Amino acid sequence: MCTTCGCSGNGHKLTAFAAMKKPVSTFGITFDAPGVVVEESGEAGFPLGNTLTAPAPTKTVVELERDILDKNNRLAERNRGFFEARNILALNLVSSPGSGKTTLLERTLADLGDRQRFYVVEGDQQTARDAERIAASGAPVVQINTGKGCHLEAEMVHQAIRQLQPAGDSVLFIENVGNLVCPSLFDLGEAYRVVVISVTEGEDKPLKYPDMFRSSQLCIINKTDLLPYLKYDLEALRNFARQVNPALEFLEVSATTGQGMDTWYDWLEQKSKETPAFS
Amino acid sequence: MHELSIIYSVIDAAENELRQREDKMVIESIELEIGELAGVEISSLEFLWPAAVERTVLETAECKITRVPGMAACTTCGHTFVVQQYFDPCPQCGSHWNQITSGEELRIKSLTLVERTPGLQVLQSVLTE
Repeated sequence: MCTTCGCSGNGHKLTAFAAMKKPVSTFGITFDAPGVVVEESGEAGFPLGNTLTAPAPTKTVVELERDILDKNNRLAERNRGFFEARNILALNLVSSPGSGKTTLLERTLADLGDRQRFYVVEGDQQTARDAERIAASGAPVVQINTGKGCHLEAEMVHQAIRQLQPAGDSVLFIENVGNLVCPSLFDLGEAYRVVVISVTEGEDKPLKYPDMFRSSQLCIINKTDLLPYLKYDLEALRNFARQVNPALEFLEVSATTGQGMDTWYDWLEQKSKETPAFS
Repeated sequence: MHELSIIYSVIDAAENELRQREDKMVIESIELEIGELAGVEISSLEFLWPAAVERTVLETAECKITRVPGMAACTTCGHTFVVQQYFDPCPQCGSHWNQITSGEELRIKSLTLVERTPGLQVLQSVLTE
């Protein structure tokens, strides 16, 4: 039986490109070619084989069948195991830059800080400005600067929690780099991914950046205090987001005025009581 | 530009595989499987590849990419259909509730290794010049 797809053949041949040794890296793209080869002799693909006195080299095809992000995914699962064992609710906050993630956290820490233990990991390309804002509220915080990197990876979060040493029965906010594209691919070990969108952004953002809205469980619509000054259709935003992810939950808040923040606090309280389900 | 992280992960996996073989082999080609819903821009990957693999085990390797089309099963009516975007509704009942069955692949399928031979190295250096 074919080990690639389980078909009854000995494995179908790949639609092969010239297996010629090239001195520079090359690229070939094919569409939906199933299956792969086993072992081949090197003769056919070796261009100048006849002129060489040495025997043609043996070729081996190693069928890896491994996720490209395997290492990140495994580290993310380790982080997740740590969080679950200590009953830490870990949330990955994602959004475009300027949607108000840090303000949302500042307000949350100020309002709930006396009855709930919080930890924060801040991800930005440069500066510790966000970490300074969070530190002012009294919560332990670690800043990760990704340099030119456009997203956080599980390894960075792993390093950050080693520094933070979060106590059990707490909430860990991981504020990702402001970017609606790249962070969607990288699992950090969070229990929930929370996408924040502000009403000064277009209603159609979920359609323009579907990966992020598809992979999130909660959507916080922020800056609702500005609605009276804007032509903004909240229902259109929700409909677009539901087209990408019908299971997405929504909350409407203004982190500046505090309006709607109680719904967010209720959500946090409910989720921190729930036992995580294995998936 | 997460495509660069993707390439670094591929290099990492290839290096690991080669290390297990005590560096007696060189990588002739690598085959990737990238679904059309995987959130990876192939043109960016192609553009970044030569610079990213320079002085790594993949420097001279050919990269073959298989694209896998997005397929979904409608959780409302059970119809299976091709999805280009996550927001494509079921063509039969119009529902957006679906389960993606393929198209999110981001996999290294295989590596083709050839034995490192002195003759090959000479040939390689001739070809490079």
